[in-house]
Amino acid sequence: MNIQVLGTGCPKCKTLEKITREVVAEAGIDANITKVEDIVEIMKFNVMTTPALVVDGKVVLKGRVPSNSELKEILTNKVFRI
Amino acid sequence: MKLNKNIIIPLLLLPIWYLVYSNLQPATDWVIDSAFGLAKGAHLTETLRFFIFEFPKVLMLLVLIIFFVGILRSFFTPERTRKALEGKRTFTGNVMASLLGIVTPFCSCSAIPLFLGFVESGVPLGITFSFLIAAPMINEVAVILLYGMFGWKTAVIYIATGLTIAIIAGWIIGKLKLEKWVEEWVYASHMGNADEEEEKLTLSVRIKMGYDAVKDIVGKVWLYVALGIAVGAGAHGYVPSEFMASFMGKDVWYAVPLSVLIGIPLYSNAAGIVPIVSVLIEKGASLGTALAFMMSVIALSLPEMIILRKVLKMPLILTFIAIVGGGIMIVGFLFNLIF
Repeated sequence: MNIQVLGTGCPKCKTLEKITREVVAEAGIDANITKVEDIVEIMKFNVMTTPALVVDGKVVLKGRVPSNSELKEILTNKVFRI
Repeated sequence: MKLNKNIIIPLLLLPIWYLVYSNLQPATDWVIDSAFGLAKGAHLTETLRFFIFEFPKVLMLLVLIIFFVGILRSFFTPERTRKALEGKRTFTGNVMASLLGIVTPFCSCSAIPLFLGFVESGVPLGITFSFLIAAPMINEVAVILLYGMFGWKTAVIYIATGLTIAIIAGWIIGKLKLEKWVEEWVYASHMGNADEEEEKLTLSVRIKMGYDAVKDIVGKVWLYVALGIAVGAGAHGYVPSEFMASFMGKDVWYAVPLSVLIGIPLYSNAAGIVPIVSVLIEKGASLGTALAFMMSVIALSLPEMIILRKVLKMPLILTFIAIVGGGIMIVGFLFNLIF
């Protein structure tokens, strides 16, 4: 699974990256996590609110930081909540 | 409609909320006068009375109104707002953008992606600015605090003047054709055209968004509210009345521009500044001057300017500050003249 965290460096974006790494490690998901900080790259995903989470090229969450359990549900069951 | 606990609980809590809220004043008086037995009129008594009454009152108002605002906002997304504003004519567009700025969820850390998202999809620059001015200035926390500490008239005046400034400032920026002062790469880059899938939200999910808004916003601002009201309470009890009249009174002509100049670099959220301003007025500051100070603190902030510098060149940022600051000063003078 390819996970990208989109965010320009605001506190919420850092939190999202942190809990994504936590949840992935906890749930034993085989994933490659990268942080996208370049605004031009972020805009290519057509998001207007950061932070956002992209899984395999698809935006699954934007504009907020989910709870750990919600994030786990998103990543394991691929329940998309934009 | 399926009734579940997300819907039933708020309905049950509403009468309890009302009961507590309408009894706050007698309860406070009882605690201060009877339980503590403090001497009426003493500095410490009135300071405590102010805090013990105002803090729970404002906090309860915040919880209730932000809950409903959270539900309301689930109907507005930046994507929908952008769609509504695309290719709109000036003025009509400025009015719409300012109104949508109030209800669209907005956080200053998203100012850049939002700006790019608007401008690149064809929302005119001036209309984008109307949105960017209204969104932080007329936020729910500011309006609730104004309502709680000044009454509904001042809250309405604040919304109306804030909207007017956002509309006219955006309109002027549009007319001046300042696109040349937007960083070149903004117009050169293009957004991806990911398909927008609108998700259908159930009422229960929207109510959950109301809860989340309360948790998120009240969790963040309660400390500032407490600090602001504590400072206000201290001033309420200890500062002599009419003390502020000589600095921020009606007759001090330079008070308005000075308040705006001091307010621009100051960065405080509405939660901290409104209680303090309410006491400034109590102690003789005029409404126009206090309003101007509050608006410039809330609407123009240094951190936001630094964020916007990534996409706007310096002359445009300065023009933006000058136009909005000028608008706020006019509002201040006007109110000092009328009231």
